[in-house]
Amino acid sequence: MRWTLLVVVAVLALVASVALGPAAVPLPELLHSDIVWNLRAPRALLAFLVGGSLGVAGAGLQALVRNPLADPFLLGLSGGAGLGAVLAIALHLSGPWALPIAAFVGALAALGLVYRLGLIGGTGRGGALDPRILLLGGVAIGAFAAAITTAIVALADAAELRNAFLWLWGGLSGASWDSVLLVVLYVPIPLAVLLAASRPLDLLALGEESAGYLGADVEAVKRRVYLAASLLTAVAVAVSGVIGFVGLVVPHLVRITWGHRHRALLPAAFLGGGALLAFADTLARTVVAPRELPVGVVTALIGVPVFALLLRRWTIA
Amino acid sequence: MLRLAGVSYRYPGASRDALSAVSLSVGPREFHAVLGPNGSGKTTLVRIALGALQPLVGRADVDGRSASSWPRHDLARLVGVVPQREDNLFPQRVRETVLLGRYPHLTLWGRERAEDHAAVDRALASCDAQHLADRWLWTLSGGEYQRVRVARALAQEPKLLVLDEPGMSLDLRHEMGLFELVRGLVEMNGLGVLMITHDLNLAARFADSLLLLEGGRPVAAGAPAEVLTQATVETVFSWPVAMQTVDGRPQMIPLRQPKESRP
Repeated sequence: MRWTLLVVVAVLALVASVALGPAAVPLPELLHSDIVWNLRAPRALLAFLVGGSLGVAGAGLQALVRNPLADPFLLGLSGGAGLGAVLAIALHLSGPWALPIAAFVGALAALGLVYRLGLIGGTGRGGALDPRILLLGGVAIGAFAAAITTAIVALADAAELRNAFLWLWGGLSGASWDSVLLVVLYVPIPLAVLLAASRPLDLLALGEESAGYLGADVEAVKRRVYLAASLLTAVAVAVSGVIGFVGLVVPHLVRITWGHRHRALLPAAFLGGGALLAFADTLARTVVAPRELPVGVVTALIGVPVFALLLRRWTIA
Repeated sequence: MLRLAGVSYRYPGASRDALSAVSLSVGPREFHAVLGPNGSGKTTLVRIALGALQPLVGRADVDGRSASSWPRHDLARLVGVVPQREDNLFPQRVRETVLLGRYPHLTLWGRERAEDHAAVDRALASCDAQHLADRWLWTLSGGEYQRVRVARALAQEPKLLVLDEPGMSLDLRHEMGLFELVRGLVEMNGLGVLMITHDLNLAARFADSLLLLEGGRPVAAGAPAEVLTQATVETVFSWPVAMQTVDGRPQMIPLRQPKESRP
């Protein structure tokens, strides 16, 4: 029942995203319209895939760092990606893929730095990944990258600055069938890695010691989950910028109905995150048409009130 | 089943051994308790016995194989552990948490089978906790929570149960209840038990064999009456005591210090 409902919501979000937009396309022509096929359909699908990836990455990271307030972008990736993108703009790199590739490289660089910081006691066998250091290191690396980004933006001229600033708030206007294909080919592996780790993630909620005694290979699980969740976030940021709150709020919303077992939680977070972002992007395109809001603004405007309600529930419970 | 032979260990950077030359062997239907003051190496001993640390000297084996070389998944089918502390990140119901004990019996993509749910029911029944199955963990009393954690370890269907200070912060009835439960598991289910405890008297009442540690060294080992003598206890714990015998087991009564030597 709840799965049916979730699938219906996800399909509705996709349909709305394809049917609605600043250009009025009459319903009978919907399936033959160039606007629908070349702009709205890939954009809706990309929004869905990115939102789903962020939802799953957030759910995995929250269990990994044992902190329900963790967001995929808390681990420094947004800072790294932002720096990469702004550098690409400042250096006038051209081509449709310059920005995504630069952002992806920036995110990977941040990922590598944070991962290295988080490894205590060496990288070999016996090296352990400390989730607390991942969190602190992520915040620090993110802040450092953001400082450099701001310095570059401050020195750039006005038009470039506007581009960079909007990019940082996320947007799906660059969606194309190529980017959909890229994401479709890329995300199954990290998603499968996270799904395969769902039972060990359940155990990890008891703490590392207990998880180990119950049979989980704790170090391997932590590394896999961190890398898979980060790689999902990195591709999300590369194709759509920094879209906050999806990875934070969706896992919590889903837990209310599906509980804490990751085998159900992760697939539900994918559908829920996808639906939310497809819906948010539809709003971003339509409410101020013909102009467009960065979709990160919409997710924050929806996400923050929802999050405030969640916090209240918590403090009361 | 579990065997430590001449085990020594020193934490990196420490100036003295956390354990030195400790030997211990736990077989089926045996209840062993490890005693000692704070910092005497009890927890280090458990970590080595379970392969979380590798001894610098000596051997630690489980079922004839070096403890640290066991894949965790396989070891968890043989040894169930009730750690001293744990905190649950997310709210959970009792049945869910006990079902986590089935993890070592599940395949990567497989679902829980009927036999897994049956094992959970048996574990809850052994711990007299069936009536708690649908309760949230955070509504349980300290004693009920410990029973549930023992049930989770039993759901692993282990041959050996390791408990780290399970009686801490329990009242008389719950603490006695827990020790009776563990003793029953030894006798009825044939489990081997290794328990770390601060409670000399309960250890003496329920365990078959005691190992007393001081500063990482074994001071005495064997039947409770041999280990818990007045002289040994007073030396190891640096406090005057009197000893009595109840049910044939030694029981320790701490004495007040003479007035002139009080701090």
